[in-house]
Amino acid sequence: MSSGLNELYQQLILDHNKSPRNFRKLDHPTYHAEGYNPLCGDHFTVFVEMDGDTIKDVSFQGSGCAISKASASMMTTAVKGTTKEEAEKLFEKFHAVVTRDIHKDTEDLDELGCLGALAGVAEFPARIKCASLAWHALHSALNSNGAVVSTETA
Amino acid sequence: MPRTQDVSFDVARVREDFPILGQKVHGKPLVYFDNAATTQKPQTVIDVLSKYYSMQNANIHRGVHALSELATYEYEKARGKVKLFLNAADSREIIFVRGTTEGINLVAASYGRKFIKAGDEIIISAMEHHSNIVPWQLLCEQTGALLKVIPMNDAGELSLDEYDRLLTEKTKFVSVVYLSNSLGTINPVKEIIRKAHERNIPVLIDGAQSTSHLTIDVQALDCDFYAFSGHKVFGPTGIGGLYGKTRYLETMPPYQGGGDMISSVTFEKTTYNALPYKFEAGTPNIADTIALGAAIDYVHSVGLEGIRSYEKALLNYATERLSAVKGLRIIGTAKEKASVISFTMDNVHAHDVGTIVDQEGIAVRTGHHCTQPVMKRFGIPATARASFAFYNTTEEIDRLVDALGKVKEIFGT
Repeated sequence: MSSGLNELYQQLILDHNKSPRNFRKLDHPTYHAEGYNPLCGDHFTVFVEMDGDTIKDVSFQGSGCAISKASASMMTTAVKGTTKEEAEKLFEKFHAVVTRDIHKDTEDLDELGCLGALAGVAEFPARIKCASLAWHALHSALNSNGAVVSTETA
Repeated sequence: MPRTQDVSFDVARVREDFPILGQKVHGKPLVYFDNAATTQKPQTVIDVLSKYYSMQNANIHRGVHALSELATYEYEKARGKVKLFLNAADSREIIFVRGTTEGINLVAASYGRKFIKAGDEIIISAMEHHSNIVPWQLLCEQTGALLKVIPMNDAGELSLDEYDRLLTEKTKFVSVVYLSNSLGTINPVKEIIRKAHERNIPVLIDGAQSTSHLTIDVQALDCDFYAFSGHKVFGPTGIGGLYGKTRYLETMPPYQGGGDMISSVTFEKTTYNALPYKFEAGTPNIADTIALGAAIDYVHSVGLEGIRSYEKALLNYATERLSAVKGLRIIGTAKEKASVISFTMDNVHAHDVGTIVDQEGIAVRTGHHCTQPVMKRFGIPATARASFAFYNTTEEIDRLVDALGKVKEIFGT
């Protein structure tokens, strides 16, 4: 197997795909938003419950490939308990890491923690949209515009 | 199980005609199984394009100079080749368009706007490509007509009984696909056309997939329109053909206005040109049209009969080998099938399958294949699809099966 594939399908990612965390609907979400990739059919809804400016609870539902599902799952564990601003900053860093080729040993990668497992996506340009789909939905939810986020317009 | 060498077809020699097939992808010899999306081009087609721009380029149907006459001659010669390829009665029934999509849009816009009224019904099938759904939806929105859909069974076969029930005095047009791009089903279009004609309803056949895999005879089918794409029959992108019976084309208004489609223009009135030029406004895609003619010559040189039987053997071999992969489910198991195997794998999304086999140098399509209603019908988000051409081999199918083993290894399924 190529080293790129090993990095893309790491154990942590396969585990989040098989047993996604926070894979449920929130009963009383403050915000929710859909993320949809019309080219492949990946479709997620992200639910957020706010306590003031803090993300008290976050969850997701939907279907997609291993990369999109694992990324959504890891995102929920990463942003729970953060402020809106912190979550948006994390998205920026995550986006920077998955969309560039040279990512090793960067400050951003260190700060991402377990989300850094998705850095291997950068070598598979066709899959970057998979990794960032749930994040775009979260961004839309936090900004509560309620619009369906499509990878083809985001 | 037949092996490549058991079938009397010299695939090794044919492969030499396609320079791209000698490439490596991710360090492995390319296995190109995305032929339903677009086919590869033989050297003769590539050479014709190069020759045209090196030695023949001029605008057609106007200049009296030598190059213009040569370009016009080559362009019209290509029309003659398409006419023979489809067995149309007359070259004037062949209109050059960008591809199947434009061919269908032309009919929906031109025939549709003139002859379809509010309350009329248009019949399509459950396995249409979006390009044979959306143009009719647009027409329905504009006219107030209604779209009716022939359903299919779990194997991916259309229900002709349901079709009989849908055909009524309200039905004014039928448009169905000959060979499904996502299921591989060959539809009984001759029967579908016959039933529509009993009620004098015209029928369009979407020939995007069928044209490279089946022998097409528009007169034997008796279809009223037939649309196909050049790039799916080993020709260039951006060129395709629409066949239409003269008696329909003559009654239809132009699709677009411009140069070449007129016989006289004044500010008071324009008289349209004769068929087929009435439907070819503006400078056409001359180079690619000529190259499409070369692609048709190439297909004839390989031999339609040989292609047919070899591809059948490939499909049978692939079906047997893929069916034996644990957790793999083939979507589309019609009795009459060609060239396409769509499949899902337990607990692995099609995109992950696509990425992993790509690393082995194997190009398959993953997603909904522009047939979202088909995916919905089968309750799946996407499939992986291997689609074959006559330059593929059983050894390549073996490599796909091995690569799917790697998918299962990674996902622990």
